[in-house]
Amino acid sequence: MSGSSSIVAMKKIVQQLRLEAGINRVKVSQAAADLQQFCLQNAQQDPLLTGMSSSNNPFRPQKVCSFL
Amino acid sequence: WINTTFMAFCHIYSLVMAFRACLEEVQLNETLTHLKTESETLKSKLEDERAKLHDVELHQVAEKVEGLGQFVMKTRRTLKGHGNKVLCMDWCKDKRRIVSSSQDGKVIVWDAFTTNKEHAVTMPCTWVMACAYAPSGCAVACGGLDNKCSVYPLSLDKNENLAAKKKSVAMHTNYLSACSFTNSDMQILTSSGDGTCALWDVESGQLLQSFHGHAADVLCLDLAPSETGNTFVSGGCDKKANVWDMRSGQCIQSFETHESDINSVRYYPSGDAFASGSDDATCRLYDLRADREVAIYSKESIIFGVSSVDFSLSGRLLFGGYNDYTINVWDVLKGTRVSILFGHENRVSTLRVSPDGTAFCTGSWDHTLRIWA
Repeated sequence: MSGSSSIVAMKKIVQQLRLEAGINRVKVSQAAADLQQFCLQNAQQDPLLTGMSSSNNPFRPQKVCSFL
Repeated sequence: WINTTFMAFCHIYSLVMAFRACLEEVQLNETLTHLKTESETLKSKLEDERAKLHDVELHQVAEKVEGLGQFVMKTRRTLKGHGNKVLCMDWCKDKRRIVSSSQDGKVIVWDAFTTNKEHAVTMPCTWVMACAYAPSGCAVACGGLDNKCSVYPLSLDKNENLAAKKKSVAMHTNYLSACSFTNSDMQILTSSGDGTCALWDVESGQLLQSFHGHAADVLCLDLAPSETGNTFVSGGCDKKANVWDMRSGQCIQSFETHESDINSVRYYPSGDAFASGSDDATCRLYDLRADREVAIYSKESIIFGVSSVDFSLSGRLLFGGYNDYTINVWDVLKGTRVSILFGHENRVSTLRVSPDGTAFCTGSWDHTLRIWA
């Protein structure tokens, strides 16, 4: 009966919503501060951010050595 | 008079049955209405709970952070060899090999340092929309319009026919949109146009867990960084991004703020957030602990959809590949664009930062892949 199958579907939706409504959340200010801290802590180890020198980056053209 | 009484009983009986049927239907409708009301109430409760904690914007918190300078990023390598649109690519953990797949059915493994092709496989279908490198570097997985995900062990012998050792792992009822090995070569996670994601055992091909919840095609997925635990995020044509528990199959969080299909999702390196790219021309950042969207990366001048996103190693930069052939680089904290990169001659369809963060690779409908650094 289509009536009972849509009830089953609705029950699933309600169950899912109950689950999602019940989770613990932190304030955006706290979450944002943590994201920022992670960025800053790892900034030095980020080659694309710091623009590491050609000698360390395997994809950048190597400096040419010349004999004097 | 027995007949008349009997007839009367039948009549009453049928009346009672009709009455019961009516009553049942009324009860069903009442239950349905109750459930609908409860679902509306829960949805607005969810909105309220999320709004309560929205005390500040990410870019406000980041005001005191030093701005980023000029970036000089150029194409350092161009990988030519595909005969048609490049649809997907993935890096090997060795930071130099790349696997890419194309509309022409070819899957190619490249050495990105030398641009040499190391392996090539022709799939039995066109539109190979997904490919992934195994963590060991010894195999690749791919699939697309064949509705399957197949694993090819890579042999050291270049002359060996890779197709002979092919192993069919996943079976969906519609196209395969994305695939990824989990922490080992033994399990593969897939997403499909059939609206589901699934976890498979590579050796036996057995379905270990399936994930139902999207209301339309699932287009992308990304596994949480291993330290964070057994979750992954998926994005789909229903404009939703869902976070799943891999063991239970449960959807634990769901985000619906995009205005169109979500083409790409990628976890922030700490695992506490993820970014998404959509046909609505925006990238967005969702924080998992705040359970809400915390940033939108958009500009009025950007009107073409985002096909693919990835973070730099520290999470400060977000790279987006767009359908207008460009790559936009965003400052994740401040929400501003720091660079726009040109080079591809058609849509950018796929973008991944290398495992050690020294470069990123893009694949395009112009048949090429480019390495940028």
